[in-house]
Amino acid sequence: MMNINKTVMMIFLVLCLTPVYAFGQQMMSVQVKSGDVRSAPSFLGAILAKVSYGDRLFVHEEKEAWVKVSVPGKKAEGWIHSSALTSKIIMLQAGASDVKQAASSSEIALAGKGFNKQVEKEFRDKNPSLDFVTIDKMEKISVSQSDIQDFLKAGELSPKGGSK
Amino acid sequence: MKSDSFAGMTHTGIALLLFLSLLISGCKALESVTQVGTSLALSQGLISESQAQSINKGATAVAKTFEDITPEQEYYIGRTVAARVVDKYKPYNDEKANHFLNVLGQTLAQASKLPETFGGYHFLILDSDEINAFAAPGGLIFVTRGMIGCCKHEDALAAVLAHEIGHIQGRHGLQAIKKSRVTSALTTLALEGAKSFGKKELAELTSTFEDSISDITSTLINNGYSRAFERDADMAAVSILQAVGYDPNGLVDMLSVMKEKLKPGGLDFAKTHPSPDSRISDIQKHIGKHAQVTSPPTRQARFEAALGKSHHRQPDRRDLKRRWER
Repeated sequence: MMNINKTVMMIFLVLCLTPVYAFGQQMMSVQVKSGDVRSAPSFLGAILAKVSYGDRLFVHEEKEAWVKVSVPGKKAEGWIHSSALTSKIIMLQAGASDVKQAASSSEIALAGKGFNKQVEKEFRDKNPSLDFVTIDKMEKISVSQSDIQDFLKAGELSPKGGSK
Repeated sequence: MKSDSFAGMTHTGIALLLFLSLLISGCKALESVTQVGTSLALSQGLISESQAQSINKGATAVAKTFEDITPEQEYYIGRTVAARVVDKYKPYNDEKANHFLNVLGQTLAQASKLPETFGGYHFLILDSDEINAFAAPGGLIFVTRGMIGCCKHEDALAAVLAHEIGHIQGRHGLQAIKKSRVTSALTTLALEGAKSFGKKELAELTSTFEDSISDITSTLINNGYSRAFERDADMAAVSILQAVGYDPNGLVDMLSVMKEKLKPGGLDFAKTHPSPDSRISDIQKHIGKHAQVTSPPTRQARFEAALGKSHHRQPDRRDLKRRWER
């Protein structure tokens, strides 16, 4: 009786302590609408590639809040801020079995499920007086990295360790 | 026969497995680890199929919290919260002022712990004399003209925005959603199999969505966050300001002006935030004794040029409406 218990415990411990990366190169997913892969671990780095929601990237190195990645099938490596990434797999077009799997796992996220565009539309139909046009316009306001650099310079602002 | 004689040990075994899984892997991996553990116990005949199912089910339910709301869902929640905000307060349609606010805000957001959100950070001035500011989940941030009126210099306005970015970074808005709703939304999600929702699921999910939005807006507009969340946002503001090169005393300066302007019993920051005095005393524990902020003349000039009008005179609304719509 105790032997069985001990065996279970041993197998269990070994499984728990086996690092995930032992099974292959570590990958992460892009969890923002669109992200930039840069030449340096800073927002000042030149943009080398654009990545989109759900893209899987190879992880090579981490430096503070920045992660060195590469896009599968492409040679170039670059840096992306860790807040744009998740360790989960994002299913862009989930089928029934994926949904079932995602419901019982914290390793998978489904794109376009839960509170989504369809739910927003249903909500808007029920609340036609709400002003989403202003919100759409607000989201379109964009600021370029050179706007930010000019702003820092003209305001005599010097970020700690450069712009992170 | 076997299961009867093993009944006592089974419970101890399961308890040990759960304890170990917590100890080794932390809460995040609880689910998958529990599943591995339970299937092992099952294969060893330690527990029955139905016991295994209920353990796995239990672990799944435990793990569904606001943290399971994906950035994409957070984005849709934030858009609707923002639409509710501009329903109550009209936008101030001065393009130059709003552009300035966005450049300042983005600069600060890049120095935060959460510079990237699903739809990015965007900022808008609200045409109201009330002293208020709001952060909708995902990065949609609003400040009233009345709040800008509490800012004598750019460092003070930077402090206001950095505090709001602090609320986004801490995902405080999502935590205002009642836990039962989060679970029910994710349950509906789990039941859903096909590409788009069925009518019943959509109606159920939309109603949970609507209730979640109300939880957040009533916190933002009426009840305010906890003292702990406000302190958290103030501390985030101090570190963001310092990282960019602003003087964190900007936050103290803004709070001192606000203290003079807030009317007791008012429906704005007087209602939703701790008193400026108590916030100042907490902030000073971190940054030391207050020193007057000295903004370089060029910084002060651009601040006044961009926003001076917003709290001195009412703009010609028709003209500004045209500009905004263009």
